[in-house]
Amino acid sequence: MASEAGEKQESGRGKVTGSKLDLALVLLRLLAFFATLSATVVMALNKQTKTIVVATIGTVPITTTLTAKFQHTPAFVFFVIANGNASLHNLLMLVVGFMGPKWNFKGLAHLAIPVLDLMNVAIVSGGASAAVFMGQLGRDGNSHARWNKICDKFDSYCDRSGGAMIASLVGLMLMTVICSVNIIRLRNHNSNKIVLDSSVNVVP
Amino acid sequence: MSLSKRVPILVLRLLALGAAVSATIVMATSHDSADVFNMKFEAKYTNSPTFKYFVLMNAIASGYTLVLLFLPSKNSCAHFILVLDLIMALLLDSSISACLAIGQVGKNGNSHAGWLPICGQVPKFCDHVRGALVAGFAAAVAYFLILLCSLHNLMNLFTFTT
Repeated sequence: MASEAGEKQESGRGKVTGSKLDLALVLLRLLAFFATLSATVVMALNKQTKTIVVATIGTVPITTTLTAKFQHTPAFVFFVIANGNASLHNLLMLVVGFMGPKWNFKGLAHLAIPVLDLMNVAIVSGGASAAVFMGQLGRDGNSHARWNKICDKFDSYCDRSGGAMIASLVGLMLMTVICSVNIIRLRNHNSNKIVLDSSVNVVP
Repeated sequence: MSLSKRVPILVLRLLALGAAVSATIVMATSHDSADVFNMKFEAKYTNSPTFKYFVLMNAIASGYTLVLLFLPSKNSCAHFILVLDLIMALLLDSSISACLAIGQVGKNGNSHAGWLPICGQVPKFCDHVRGALVAGFAAAVAYFLILLCSLHNLMNLFTFTT
């Protein structure tokens, strides 16, 4: 009880009090969860089928069916996995944020949250940037390597993957902010613990 | 700051500087040409925006590390340097990831999109890019370790008083 009150009094150099900061963090975490979840879902359901006429023999056109799925590109597969991982992490952190004060965390658990946050930020940044550059290759092609662009044929596939990339980048920015705030709060928590322990030692 | 705290970060920054500089140079000098059906097929790093982004990020990272090596250890903008370290680590991480994605397409092709692999025609270019990617990966790992070390030094994060 006393440690929680102490934490609320000196929680960071910001002008907001502890409870307002907690509320803002929960809101940001919720937004990041929705962003990464929508990125995962939109990319995972990304599929477009197109029937094109290859040749005409007499009056009979020969058609072939081409499909564009996200599994065809390893970059998009990694994108789906990374964003799914990040949305699971955000959900878990939301649950911990709500139930946290009821459980009594020892020292190591308070370190685990910023470390996990940092790991997920790194993974999502890798996944988002790989998907962005692969999408750029699909949209523009590469004339030097004789790779044709595919977005003129599969336009809704490209649009949907672009939307998923935007959602993931928004989620990445939010998660970076949350990670930085968690790291700063960890320093305050540690300094509070040091103050409390030294005061405990003084009293015989 | 005591010597035992300064030395690991200094060593890591030197490693990161070496890795980033070598990644930039190896990628920038990657160049190969082949003659396929009487057409000259030239491969340079400027052919792909991803490789240009990789060279740019590693050049920025090496310049930043070089400037930081000559800065005094405990100064007033230590928090700002921490934020810059985080941004730099994330940017290096993203450049590595993008180059790996494009390099995988170049090596294996993509049969669904009708993209043929190019490593068979320009093997020296592929080897150079592979070497640059290894150096870039080492630079990204070194940057993450630098980030953890400066977090520990600045905020005393990893000390437990239970």
